[in-house]
Amino acid sequence: MDSVTRRELQKTAANVRLGVLEEVFSASAGHPGGSLSIADIITYLYFAEMNVRPEEPDWADRDRFVLSKGHTCPALYAALAEKGFFPKEDLKTFRHIDSYLQGHPDKKHIPGIDMSSGSLGQGISAACGMALAGKLQNKDYRVYTVLGDGESQEGQVWEAAMFAAHYKLDNLCAVLDFNGLQIDGAVTEVMNPTPLDDKFRAFGWHVIVIDGHDFDAIEAAFAEAKTIKGQPTLILANTTKGKGVSYMENKAGWHGKAPNAEEYAQGVAELNAYLETL
Amino acid sequence: MAEKIATREAYGSALAEFGYKYNIIVFDADLAEATKTIKFKKEHPDKFFDCGIAESNMLGVAAGAAAAGMIPFVSSFAMFAAGRAFEQIRNSVAYPQLNVKIGATHAGITVGEDGATHQCLEDLALMRTIPGMVVMNPADAVEARAAVEAAILHDGPVYMRFGRAAVPVIFDANNFKFEIGKGVILADGTDVTIAATGVMVEQALIARELLANEGISARVVNCCTIKPIDRELITKCAEETGCIVTAEEHSVIGGFGSAVTEVLCETCPVPVLRVGTEDVFGRSGKVPPLMELYGLTAQNIVDKAKRAVAMKK
Repeated sequence: MDSVTRRELQKTAANVRLGVLEEVFSASAGHPGGSLSIADIITYLYFAEMNVRPEEPDWADRDRFVLSKGHTCPALYAALAEKGFFPKEDLKTFRHIDSYLQGHPDKKHIPGIDMSSGSLGQGISAACGMALAGKLQNKDYRVYTVLGDGESQEGQVWEAAMFAAHYKLDNLCAVLDFNGLQIDGAVTEVMNPTPLDDKFRAFGWHVIVIDGHDFDAIEAAFAEAKTIKGQPTLILANTTKGKGVSYMENKAGWHGKAPNAEEYAQGVAELNAYLETL
Repeated sequence: MAEKIATREAYGSALAEFGYKYNIIVFDADLAEATKTIKFKKEHPDKFFDCGIAESNMLGVAAGAAAAGMIPFVSSFAMFAAGRAFEQIRNSVAYPQLNVKIGATHAGITVGEDGATHQCLEDLALMRTIPGMVVMNPADAVEARAAVEAAILHDGPVYMRFGRAAVPVIFDANNFKFEIGKGVILADGTDVTIAATGVMVEQALIARELLANEGISARVVNCCTIKPIDRELITKCAEETGCIVTAEEHSVIGGFGSAVTEVLCETCPVPVLRVGTEDVFGRSGKVPPLMELYGLTAQNIVDKAKRAVAMKK
């Protein structure tokens, strides 16, 4: 990746993170920690990887995206707004009674949302169904989904993993956001799902392990996934929960809590300072 | 004696038939031989996908396929479709209003020997509570076929309930009209309306004859669609006959009888007595003694009809 492209992606990701903070602050609710950990991956998907049309969200040949860890939609909404699916000023209506920006992704009402999600374990199944449909319809679109590490404790994830490998869904690429923390603490302490790379390999997936904040690694992983035939790909992304906002980093407490005014101002200042360096 | 065909047989045949006419795909969870989706698989092998014993994922996969423009049918036993995968149906299928058709077989006590774990007496109640869900419970093979085609033509989620046991064909295939949401008066009467659904429609027709012998004139209404319920017809029957008996192979809690009472307490409060299983689980056994044990016979309908008529005075 050339340095200009990398810098542009880093800027966009920082703006997505600012959007996340704006959303959860305006709502006084929401899930900043896991939104910030996926901000770089979501940014790469919408600004470098996926074939989508903001002016035609339902375009039949578009690549599909399902946020299986639906509670981290602040990052997805911010990326969709950056991309032009809807106005950026709407982000501040997140979770408000009169807003279309629901607390979890709502396919029926939000432009660019390909699947309603939020009940963990269900998004990956829907992504499998989309990938299967793409093959049946002889379409060459790809299907992407992002899962949480805690989400992998849901049995349905493994039902879907079996299905995707069985039907050779090589047009499906899942990213597992391994930030290591869930509501009750470290995933390895709450209910240890590791080793996730070995588990997905055993289920018949091609697995790539990366640093989920390194755009060069993200680019290489998605490029590799496209070359894999006959099996789905899992990108196991090691990430930092709360990435980019110092006081949120690696703190389980910021899973589902909104910052107060002072904390919000500090987070915005930190991200703006980072933007200045780019 | 009328020919006997299980509604699940008619379901499988209808899928195979309509597989040529409409662009449908079918998912099953290792029960294709039992749900009869095997008939579709044999004729349309490229459009049939076994999901293994993983109903939750099956509903999610179907939701995703529907989101990508397909018309998927999913089949399992009612217990594992409406029961185990309830939340997937609610959140992945119904909330985004996706075009998934759920064909749930082996519903009710007529599962027979498999017993309580497989006798789903709660599916109508569960499915009825989900916003936007169409719920149908065909009475015979003719109605089952019609319900499948209506489901294909309807844009949105549909739950269809089919039985394991062979039941008499009561409708004329050559002269059968079907519309989602419409009940049908099968036989008229003036003293009481027996509103029945599914396998209990046959029992309702028998009950009408028994009541006639005792000088009571009963109207029989077939309600294949539990949701949206035919409010207009049910209200009209209450107004014209003054009392209602409901009959369903399902718990009296939350199902068809509940749906009827919900309508009538708002539009035309009259005595309503419900025939169905009480607040209990099923058990193993042959079908006829099970129907007797759980109070699902024509005689049970007769007894309640007489009580309902007496309550009018």
